[in-house]
Amino acid sequence: MFVFDRHPSRYRHWKLTFDGAVATLSMDVDENGGLVEGYALKLNSYDLGVDIELSDALQRIRFEHPEVRTVVITSAKERMFCAGANIYMLGASSHAWKVNFCKFTNETRNGIEDSSRHSGLKFLAAVNGACAGGGYEMALACDEILMIDDRSSTISLPEVPLLGVLPGTGGLSRLVDKRKVRRDLADLFCTNPDGIRADRAKAWGLVDATAAPRDMVAKTKERALALAVGSDRPANAKGVELTPIDRRIKDDNRIDYDCVSVEIDRARRIATIMVRAPEVLPPSDIAAIEAEGAGWWPLRMARELDDAILMLRLNALDIGLWVLRTRGDAPHVVAADTSLAEHAAHWFVRETIGLLRRTLARLDVSSRSLYAVVDEESCFAGTLAELLMAADRSYMIDRTASGEAGPSLMLSQANFGLYPTVSGRTRLVARFNDETAPERLKAHIGEAFDAPAALAAGLVTVTPDDLDWEEEIRLALDDRASLSPDALTGMEASLRFAGSETMETKIFGRLSAWQNWIFNRPNAVGDKGALKLFGSGSKAQFDWQRV
Amino acid sequence: MATLNYQELIPNNVDLGGNRQLQRALEHWQPRFISWWKELGPERYQGADVYLRTATSVDIKGWATYGYVKMPEYRWGIFLAEQEPDRRIGFGDFYGQPVWQQVPADFRSVLRRLIVTQGDTEPASVEQQRLLGLTAPSLYDLRNLFQVNVEEGRHLWAMVYLLHAHFGRDGREEAEELLARHSGDADKPRILGTFNEPISDWLSFFMFTYFTDRDGKYQLKSLAESAFDPLARSCRFMLTEEAYHMHVGENGIGRIVRRTLEVMKEIGSEDPDAVRRAGAIDLATIQRYVNFWFSSSLDLFGSEQSSNAATSFANGIKGRPDEATFDDHLAIDKVWEIDAPDGAGGIRLDAVPLRNAMNEVTRRAFIADCETGFVRWNRLIEKAGYQARLSLPSGRFRRAIGVWANQPVAPDGAIIPREAWEARKAGWLPSEADGAFIRSLMRQVVEPGKVAGWIAPPGRGVDHLPADYEYVKFH
Repeated sequence: MFVFDRHPSRYRHWKLTFDGAVATLSMDVDENGGLVEGYALKLNSYDLGVDIELSDALQRIRFEHPEVRTVVITSAKERMFCAGANIYMLGASSHAWKVNFCKFTNETRNGIEDSSRHSGLKFLAAVNGACAGGGYEMALACDEILMIDDRSSTISLPEVPLLGVLPGTGGLSRLVDKRKVRRDLADLFCTNPDGIRADRAKAWGLVDATAAPRDMVAKTKERALALAVGSDRPANAKGVELTPIDRRIKDDNRIDYDCVSVEIDRARRIATIMVRAPEVLPPSDIAAIEAEGAGWWPLRMARELDDAILMLRLNALDIGLWVLRTRGDAPHVVAADTSLAEHAAHWFVRETIGLLRRTLARLDVSSRSLYAVVDEESCFAGTLAELLMAADRSYMIDRTASGEAGPSLMLSQANFGLYPTVSGRTRLVARFNDETAPERLKAHIGEAFDAPAALAAGLVTVTPDDLDWEEEIRLALDDRASLSPDALTGMEASLRFAGSETMETKIFGRLSAWQNWIFNRPNAVGDKGALKLFGSGSKAQFDWQRV
Repeated sequence: MATLNYQELIPNNVDLGGNRQLQRALEHWQPRFISWWKELGPERYQGADVYLRTATSVDIKGWATYGYVKMPEYRWGIFLAEQEPDRRIGFGDFYGQPVWQQVPADFRSVLRRLIVTQGDTEPASVEQQRLLGLTAPSLYDLRNLFQVNVEEGRHLWAMVYLLHAHFGRDGREEAEELLARHSGDADKPRILGTFNEPISDWLSFFMFTYFTDRDGKYQLKSLAESAFDPLARSCRFMLTEEAYHMHVGENGIGRIVRRTLEVMKEIGSEDPDAVRRAGAIDLATIQRYVNFWFSSSLDLFGSEQSSNAATSFANGIKGRPDEATFDDHLAIDKVWEIDAPDGAGGIRLDAVPLRNAMNEVTRRAFIADCETGFVRWNRLIEKAGYQARLSLPSGRFRRAIGVWANQPVAPDGAIIPREAWEARKAGWLPSEADGAFIRSLMRQVVEPGKVAGWIAPPGRGVDHLPADYEYVKFH
């Protein structure tokens, strides 16, 4: 079983250093430090293990180092920035592993942009040597790219000509959408396996600036400080230590955290993710919130939920249906939400909102069916109601026939803009595909929606009454779990992101779908496919039919 | 053979006159080359008359035409070995098919990269050696240095011709870059690290020509097998010139050894300090220089297991040296055993697909070829009655690239504790003090017939002329 716990004191592939407002993340991949056996991570190429450390480092910069305004991503190797994802790792990996790897790396790069957009954390790629494929895509995720001009280092996206696959972490979209590179130049660039040198890279807009080797360090510093000026991260705040996540794994079918637990029913291929509200009223005063640190419920819950999602994605491939349930007191969640909204400008609260936003987005793009089950003791309020709206459908018990109150749903401020999805819209808007939905519902913040009201307001999908409840849920879950997992993944991804596209939706939709198709085609992975043959020397033999 | 046109600005056997566009491109590049040569070629002696060999054709009569020439006026030409009729691809997936006279589109970038990398080393070595003339031990050696330099310049021409003739605008840009990068320039370094270190003394120069130029020989031998015929023909002709460079190295080291033995006899001692006090280079120091230069040359072949090597072989880009001597030219489904550190202080054998092991195959051939000089030098030592011997260190020693990179390995190939390596490396590799001593010997001797005291006079001269001939005339 793979876990995602990392700590800077144990990094094998990155060096993290701090100098005032600038943090430097130097990639220095340990060739022999692959996450699984069978390949050497040469030339600063990476696998999932390298990226998990990157993700950990970013998280620690966000929370433990509020004074950091610019993160410089560079390489500690000589004349080699990063060669991208390790091809032998990809060649030897199962399809599912490749997809998981791409998804996680994409989320990490999107997280870089998310922090730049929302938290004032700016990123500078100091490309100090050859930079290929995923290496350039990592640079593309940064706000600015500074490239060394030593007359020989190049940047490239050689996936198409060398490997017969696509750049898998958003390179194509970011070239044209983010950097506005003219598409014919992008076409030239993406089919040139050798890449292009600094002068042309600058002329084509592939990088923002270039520097001679002797000026590289000084210019990196200059650009990093210039980016820092645009940031409002505080200079003198005290960071919040991300203490280790308390994860207890039992019998391969149960994971318990403090406010999240996961129970896996292997036979039915269903996982239940239970999220619990704060047990006591959370603090509202910012000093008290800071004092709670990593124990503050919104942060703790977000970290645990994030970890649970990642654990399930990587370690439980055949568990195709995640049932989202909640427990606890709605007022406690609403109180936490009120603090989140009230102190949203405070760096720590802002980072916590950011983590919640990214965690919920991770849920949105997980290729698993998501059902929310609103049962008797549930607590789908405010932030936790986002789980309900992230779900593909929801079931709520209706007890009015028995004359009892039954559970209720509750909206809070948090549902009206704190956690935009990857499409840039809130889950409420995305749910109704209607920009006016928030206005209609805003008046009902803090109100308890019982089952009939929730159904009428369109907040839940189905409301079986208590007589049939158990049976209805059993049938609903087993029915879903019996459908084709591939068709479901495609269907869910198509229905979840209505409305206009963003770069992220293109990456998770268009790019992932094309890439996953290519990853399954003989032209890439057949015995004579380009990815399969890479490194053997032989030329790929293609089926020339365009499909 | 195409007729030579000596009236042309650029001597050639590629019918340059028949291709106006190409001729113009090269005529445009030529003045840049000359100004590069004047700026970064041999220091101080650009105006001297040097007795040089110039290639005026590729046949036996023309490839070595001797005469005095001022280096900037040297006739750098473009010569390809004779075209073999109906030549076939000799290895890889296209075995038996006709060779290519034009670059196939799908191999354009890999060929360009190979040619640029090879081409970059040629001017780099001229730049590395540009100050050596100031400390030449004799006129004969000074002339040899310049001969090596102008021929490296010609090899640059050969590669630039290929870039111009076959790689379009990208090729022309790459040709410009070959003059824009400079050895040791922090901002525009040469592509390969080794070629950015200056060669500041003659012991190093001889080691460079013996070991590093021999790496060049093996690269050229591999490229001489290429399916891309113009490249193969270029390299075949370059090999005839390269052989002389290695002769300079072998002869130079041999003369140093000879002088050291004379001094040992004279003073009646083998003690390194005593030898040094008498103005010669002790055998232990020579061995340390061998250890250094041999190991850094081995790195130039690349990793033992390489996907680039496999791709180049499979696609007919780069073969094995003397490919025709192998039985099987496809090298499919065969493995090559490579020894690698097992991580526990031992050595394990890795079976690597043969195509991926081509760097190692070439390196092995290189190592065997390196042995020849040692046989001769050791014969000198033996004849003089001494027990000491010079030898090649293990191929695992002091490697910076490949499976043995940064492993603590003794010159005999044994893995030893890292602390022991650190403690003993001063005895195995040239130290600062060694460098200072060698530099202290470097005093220019340019009177005809005179030779510096740390090296024996040459046995014979160049072009059947006496050894004390005035090979370089200053003005």
